[in-house]
Amino acid sequence: MTPPPVRRIAVDREPNVAAPRAPVNGTRPSAAPAGTTRRPATTVRERMRAESLWLAYGENWVVRDVSLPVRQGEVLALIGASGSGKTTFLRSLNRLTEITAGAARSGRITLDGQEIYELEVNELRRRVSMVFQQPNPFPMSIFDNVAYALAEQRPPRGRRRRRRTPELEQAVVDALRRAGLHEEIAGDLDRPALKLSGGQQQRLCIARALAAQPEVLLLDEPCSALDPISTATIEELIVGLRESVAIVIVTHNLQQAFRVADHVAFMHLGELVEYGTSEQVFDHPTVQRTRDYISGAFG
Amino acid sequence: MILGASNQADRRVGAGARADKRAERTLGALSASVLLLITLMVVTVGINAWPSFSANGLSWFGPGGDVVTQFRAMHAGIPLPGHELLYFRAWPLIWGTLVVTVISVAIALVVATLAAVFMTEFAPAPVRRMLEPVVRLLAGVPSVVYGLIGILAIVPWVNENLISNARRQSVAYVVQLSGADLATAALILTIMIVPIMIALSADALASVPVAWREGSTALGVNRWRTIWRVSLRTARPALAAATVLATARALGEAIMLAMVSGGRPFAANPLDGLTFFFEPVQPLGATIVQEFGGATTGPVASTIYAIAAVLLFSAALLSFAGWAVKQPLKRYGIGV
Amino acid sequence: MAAALGASPPAAPPAVVRPPRELTSSWPLADRLGYWACWATGIGLCAIAAAIVLFMFVKGISTLRPSLFVESPAPSLRQSQSGGFLDPLVGTLIVTAIGIVLAAPAGVAIAAWLSEYGRPTWLARAVESTIETIAGVPSVVLAIFGLIIFSQSFLGFLSQRTVNGTVTATSFLVAGAVMALLALPLIFGATREALAQLPGRLREGSYALGKTRITTIRTVLLPAIRPGLASGIVLGIGRIVGDTAIVVFLLGETLKNEPANGVPLLGTLRGTGSTLTSYVYKNSPAGEGNAPQKAYAAAFVLMVIVLVLNATVTRLTSGGRPGGGNAFRLLKYWPLGR
Repeated sequence: MTPPPVRRIAVDREPNVAAPRAPVNGTRPSAAPAGTTRRPATTVRERMRAESLWLAYGENWVVRDVSLPVRQGEVLALIGASGSGKTTFLRSLNRLTEITAGAARSGRITLDGQEIYELEVNELRRRVSMVFQQPNPFPMSIFDNVAYALAEQRPPRGRRRRRRTPELEQAVVDALRRAGLHEEIAGDLDRPALKLSGGQQQRLCIARALAAQPEVLLLDEPCSALDPISTATIEELIVGLRESVAIVIVTHNLQQAFRVADHVAFMHLGELVEYGTSEQVFDHPTVQRTRDYISGAFG
Repeated sequence: MILGASNQADRRVGAGARADKRAERTLGALSASVLLLITLMVVTVGINAWPSFSANGLSWFGPGGDVVTQFRAMHAGIPLPGHELLYFRAWPLIWGTLVVTVISVAIALVVATLAAVFMTEFAPAPVRRMLEPVVRLLAGVPSVVYGLIGILAIVPWVNENLISNARRQSVAYVVQLSGADLATAALILTIMIVPIMIALSADALASVPVAWREGSTALGVNRWRTIWRVSLRTARPALAAATVLATARALGEAIMLAMVSGGRPFAANPLDGLTFFFEPVQPLGATIVQEFGGATTGPVASTIYAIAAVLLFSAALLSFAGWAVKQPLKRYGIGV
Repeated sequence: MAAALGASPPAAPPAVVRPPRELTSSWPLADRLGYWACWATGIGLCAIAAAIVLFMFVKGISTLRPSLFVESPAPSLRQSQSGGFLDPLVGTLIVTAIGIVLAAPAGVAIAAWLSEYGRPTWLARAVESTIETIAGVPSVVLAIFGLIIFSQSFLGFLSQRTVNGTVTATSFLVAGAVMALLALPLIFGATREALAQLPGRLREGSYALGKTRITTIRTVLLPAIRPGLASGIVLGIGRIVGDTAIVVFLLGETLKNEPANGVPLLGTLRGTGSTLTSYVYKNSPAGEGNAPQKAYAAAFVLMVIVLVLNATVTRLTSGGRPGGGNAFRLLKYWPLGR
């Protein structure tokens, strides 16, 4: 029984023109015929750049000399086996590695040209948001969850009761729309967030991350805990968001990377082994190790 | 049990199962006997308290005269004019208990929350390691030692430094002010009940799922706001349970209060302004200690039993309240 | 741009820079106040504890002499002749021993029943709630209860009778029996927590070998939780040692240990006496005593005992030893009105 062909997710729901290609052997996502290549975004600009980044926990160097750009208008996928340092790299982009004692780093990460270690950390994290592997909505209502970061942002000015101002409501509704959740829960924003299904909770987390209008969205294996239908919904969502937000996604799932990403970075044991467009990396990998990983020889 | 078992192994299994059944029944009976014990407690205290309650009716809890003269009459065996021998109005004692308990629980709640947050979030590791034995030490100091320090050190200090002569004059016609008063009692009681509240609160805060705290941090919310909006909010039922437990403890404290609260069953008057805090009180537990003469029968004994019954009833009530408050915690699986 | 960095030799790790921790100086004022309040509370609690210990140390050491430990209290108006606290020390020992001897087997047995059998469920829940309720009953009320029960005629053998036949209900036996109610919830709680933390495979292994439940409890589980049991007992001892109300009510008015009918040793249990706590109480102004130095000395000895017991519990439960349990969590069984 041959597995079905893997298709890249098209943008703007344009129909795939070409015929389905030949069956794929094993799990190797092979080249897609012309017509299913995705349209590049209208504007692509660089948002973040890591230069010669080294990260260590205690005595172990987990990320070694990695340099990558993060661009708005494209999805960057980080792939690699467990322990390759991709999650650590992702977490360093919003300085989440700092909360672990004994973390050390060397190298530069810049956001819009500014070194992120010179920014105030909470402001950085509002501009670079993260969605985690396990959906983690707070034990509050849906509205409070999405409005969480926004309610914190307003400076204390006299009475700072958490009122539902019209701007706040509009911002919440916008975020829910961008996350594709608004139609499903439109009426009932006061429902406890924990009552949603797994896929809805993860989309709620994405909405929460989008509420503060971040410039970069980091996703740490967002679909690994979800069923295939929710996964498909979120993948479409991610591709749709790339125009407005720079997206970095870490994933174990090579097919997902193929479906979703524009650029792919393959990391192994902390080093950046290969970086290129997804067609290049999946179809014509230049390094043997990449070839091995993609064909399933290890990982 | 296998009837007619023929080989040795079966017989051994049968015997073992019988022994197990016997053991289960014995242990079960022993465990059930605690139920008998508490029933016995409630029944005997209630029966012995009945004479005082039946003689006074519901106004037992109300105001009406001076508790000291009432006790004196009972000791002497001569009823007060116009009343019977068992005449008793416990309102000054109840008021004193309420005021001391409410003040100390309120302060302890704030202190314990801050300390628990400090222990779980802000304290560097060596300080955290030092705090746990400190809290256990504060919990372990016997109440008589707290009372001793209170009566020999704090009461004279308060008397000399915080109570001016003018204040003394302002209430001299009603009561004499010494340093043994409401404020001193509430302060020491706060220190006594803070440790258990800290233990329960710290436990609850540490059980808040890391995913929520990490999610909040990743959204750019600073540590304090994260604690305030996520951790404390999640731990609210645990804090409520801790408050109920602390209230139960504060209500039952007798020895320290007997030494420090003034020994004078006076209903402190909030209309006196700040002097209110310097007036003596005598909470219910302290009354039992101070007024018990040694006789196990008689009107004084009946009244004492009645006070004990009130304390027992409130302890049972608070125990139930503590159970009720812990139910929401099951939702998040936070252990208390 | 396809870069293949795997080909070049890996660069040497550079000099390490520790990233800065989140500085609170960037927080709004209200948050900073909260942060400082937390720090102040934490440090303040340590300061209070240190103050208490130091104060008792200073006041107690000045009066403490070795002779105090071996002299009995003697009635005298002069401090130097009023004797020491040998009797109270002995009294504390006796009361604690009786209390633990009664409470430990009961507490362990009930905890074992609850944890290993626990049927019917309503009974198990009722027993658990009852023990928590007992933990919440003030010790004055327990003392009154003891007074009521033990002044019944048929229990007169546990204490003495006065000239007109009424039972005094004040003796070491009576006080010790009621003290057992203080220690019971602590020993029960410690045993239950320790049993709950045992891995399931211990029980499964024993049942798989065909052992009955009771044998498993006796030979496998209880030995495995020895540190937890010990810490529960030590906590119970600490509670009994620190209690004053029960002693004041149920151990009589005397400072010396007066054996019943004057029969030494055998009569002591039925006789009256004092413990360190009642000695402190009676020597303080509240107990109509006028010997604050003696009170401080005895209180200091009490504090030392408490510190030693605390340290023992720490050693028993430190490092998460298997079967050790968590002394911190057991504070919720620590009853009030000691």
